[in-house]
Amino acid sequence: MARIGVFVCHCGSNIAATVDVRAVAEAASRFPGVVHSVEYRYMCSDPGQKMIAETIREKDLTGVVVAACSPRMHEPTFRRLAEKTELNPFLVEMANIREHCSWVHDDRGEATAKAIETVRMLVEKVRRNSPLEQIRVPVTRRALVVGGGIAGIQAALDLVNAGVETILIERSPSIGGKMAMLDETFPTLDCSQCILTPKMVELSQHPLARLYTYAELDGVEGYVGNFKVKVRQKARSVDHDKCTGCGLCIEKCPSRVPSEFERGLADRKSIYVPFPQAVPDKPVLDRETCIWFTQGKCGACREICPVEAIDYEDADEISEHEVGAIVVATGYDIIGRSLYGEYGYGKLVDVLDGLQFERMCSASGPTSGRIVRPSDGEVPKTVVFIQCVGSRDDSKGRPYCSKICCMYTAKHSMLYKHKVEDGKAYVFYIDVRAGGKGYEEFVNRAVDEDRVVYLRGRVSRIYERDGTLFVKGADTLSGHQIEIRADLVVLASAVTAAEGARELGQKLRIISDRYGFFTEAHPKLRPVETNTAGVFLAGACQAPRDIPDSVSQASAAASKVLGLLSADELVREPLVARVNEDLCTGCFACEAVCPYGAAERVKREDPRTGAEIEKAYMNPGVCEGCGACLPVCRPGAVDLMGFSENQIYSEINVLTESFKVEDEAK
Amino acid sequence: MRFAFYPGCALDSSAKEYRESTEVVAGDLGIDLKEIPEWICCGSTPAHMASRLLSITLPAYNLVRARAMDVEGVVVPCASCYSRLKTANYRIARDPDLKEKVKRALGEPYEGDVPVYHVLEVLDRVICEGGLEGKIRVPLEGLRVASYYGCLLVRPPDITGFDDAEDPQLLDRVAGALGAQPVEWRHKVECCGAALAFTQDDIVLKLSGEILEDAQYAGAHVVSVGCPLCHSNLDLRQRNIEKYTGLNLGMPVLYVTQLVGLALGRTPAELGLKKHSINPLPVLKRAGVKV
Repeated sequence: MARIGVFVCHCGSNIAATVDVRAVAEAASRFPGVVHSVEYRYMCSDPGQKMIAETIREKDLTGVVVAACSPRMHEPTFRRLAEKTELNPFLVEMANIREHCSWVHDDRGEATAKAIETVRMLVEKVRRNSPLEQIRVPVTRRALVVGGGIAGIQAALDLVNAGVETILIERSPSIGGKMAMLDETFPTLDCSQCILTPKMVELSQHPLARLYTYAELDGVEGYVGNFKVKVRQKARSVDHDKCTGCGLCIEKCPSRVPSEFERGLADRKSIYVPFPQAVPDKPVLDRETCIWFTQGKCGACREICPVEAIDYEDADEISEHEVGAIVVATGYDIIGRSLYGEYGYGKLVDVLDGLQFERMCSASGPTSGRIVRPSDGEVPKTVVFIQCVGSRDDSKGRPYCSKICCMYTAKHSMLYKHKVEDGKAYVFYIDVRAGGKGYEEFVNRAVDEDRVVYLRGRVSRIYERDGTLFVKGADTLSGHQIEIRADLVVLASAVTAAEGARELGQKLRIISDRYGFFTEAHPKLRPVETNTAGVFLAGACQAPRDIPDSVSQASAAASKVLGLLSADELVREPLVARVNEDLCTGCFACEAVCPYGAAERVKREDPRTGAEIEKAYMNPGVCEGCGACLPVCRPGAVDLMGFSENQIYSEINVLTESFKVEDEAK
Repeated sequence: MRFAFYPGCALDSSAKEYRESTEVVAGDLGIDLKEIPEWICCGSTPAHMASRLLSITLPAYNLVRARAMDVEGVVVPCASCYSRLKTANYRIARDPDLKEKVKRALGEPYEGDVPVYHVLEVLDRVICEGGLEGKIRVPLEGLRVASYYGCLLVRPPDITGFDDAEDPQLLDRVAGALGAQPVEWRHKVECCGAALAFTQDDIVLKLSGEILEDAQYAGAHVVSVGCPLCHSNLDLRQRNIEKYTGLNLGMPVLYVTQLVGLALGRTPAELGLKKHSINPLPVLKRAGVKV
């Protein structure tokens, strides 16, 4: 016999102001199986919880319905409470009479009636609940970090330093990411390379770190604690075990192509190390531009290599690894200049994007740190910096703020003034968003000490005539249209999701927002987790983000991974699909619809013929309990624990029953 | 190709030559234009400064008349009328409340679904479909044309959907098809100052001056336009612009339909070329065009 207790919460006036809680408790006391029904001001408070616990013991309850807020809010609270009283926590249910009732209705009579029906349904459900046990799965104590920028490096370093073996994969030939391209960093103007390269080296030399550069994530299987990942090592055509990094091949290579690292401001060879401080400091061969691979001749690198490390037969290699957790740190790209017709569609060579200007400022960059016009090599006497190029611009499909541009534009204008003292620097801005430690002061320094002229407004057009750039814009503070004749223009181009982010998201089964940034599990309370257990986010792959924020987020993600890997086994909610093998016909419709890959095939012996047959098995470690397999299962062999068809239908039935009674009364 | 023709007020007054040349060229190219009976003013700038409903209802009135005509859509030569008609369609199709109000004002429903084309879009389509083949009697070889689009053909891009808003090519393509040489220049979509000519003409003199100066700098013989107001500002006011800016311009400004007419072998008189304040004939002759 069911012995169910109903506890109706006032939630202060949140529920009680709209719902007659006494009437609800009264009505519930007459529902079949209910032996106790009360209302109380705050069920989640200490005395409230105590009252429930005592009632469970005294009345020997077999089920509890708490009519209060959303289960997302306090279901864990009351289930934990049940556990302490030795009632199976899955025999406790929440009837949501706040978010689904009192908060959205005004009419007290109708709201009360709805609350009563809601409680009635949940009582019916709880009558059919069965005790469930938490699922325990083993954990592989190894982590994968995808992306070798500052976020990935920091996350990996934190992990290896805590004793967790970590695999880091990076698709370009070196780790370092965008931070390696930067000159000095705001708000302290410390050299980006100087603070980054020690970390790169530390990681590469750490015994627990395994770096795969020029590599991509090929596939992911498995589930939290037990992922199986495939890493594709792209063919480098250079045997890094033999290579000494002497650089003779690079010197000899006759093929020059625009360097990605220098943002097209300089060339690289087809066999190349992207930048001098690269890790690993050994070249890869870019087959798309290599003369040997495109025209079938040359072979200069192979001839010159003293250790015979060049291997034109080298092929992509796929390695498989087991890991317990994955940190995604794939970073960002910036919006292409070619999207901006009004700024010359990228055809004006003296209009640079922010990263190009960084390379130009860098002492190891293409101009050795001299700021010059790419068109004629002259030092620009007037430079215009334009903020929000693509950001906060609905017409380009990016209404969001890119967050880093206000600061890096202030930095750029300063760097320019430090190098060209008699130069004039103008900044067009919409607002200056300098929220951060020392950030506002930094922008003020640009204005007060370096005499950078800030103009509030947008630039409508840039055109070139006789080598001069005509920058037309509005100064919205004075209300005037202005035209500046500039020698160089630097665009603070919007931060966008990294190329290929969506495809990677699909492999990892994590969600992207409409702009391609990965979505966190909760915007405030679970900022580094994703909706897929065991996959975490760090850095600008989640949203535009500067270095300090990326580093903190990376460390946060690493600590989440450490927490996960610290246990010998993981505990998961048992609300998963289960197959009744007696009913399963082995059609595997479930396999086709399962978005998590939880449906597996198991071999069984046919009890009549003795032949080997296949049945479906839902891996409880993988299943997320979404229920997609239920409607496609024709024999009805799959059921969802905690949300069984029996439970759901009984809820619906009891509701339609009471509708019928109501209709007849009318 | 059968279209309803909405000439708009300017084509019956300051831009008669635009109407003449449009009708002549349409006839030659087999574009059947039927004038909307009893059309009324689109409301232009004054209506949308005064009342949103009025500014949508006036164009809708004309579009409803066109709907009854069994045509592909409406052809408009004036960029301002084009913008108003397109805006009416755009707003009515997206705003049910407004649609209801317009219905009450008109006394009949309108869904915002009668297609609206600028005459330039139709010319481009005809040319792309090979409608010019064998019809060019006077190729405009040697004539360097600065194609001027102005504001309202291309903006707002969501509403007009006319080519690339920042670097449109339609007019250049048409000029190229006539044998002329489109020039690369920078003021294709800059504003001429528009109706400020009536209230603050110094702004028009400055802005139109910059446009003409850049066309001249780019080596153009003529500027080609698809808007009566732009034409007024660039042509009618050019002497004032010269005085105001000190520039020596003498830059003929032709409607795109006049250029097409010339290539089709029509005479300057048939195309109303003599109605311009900057006489284009000497320049055309100098550029080697037989007129």
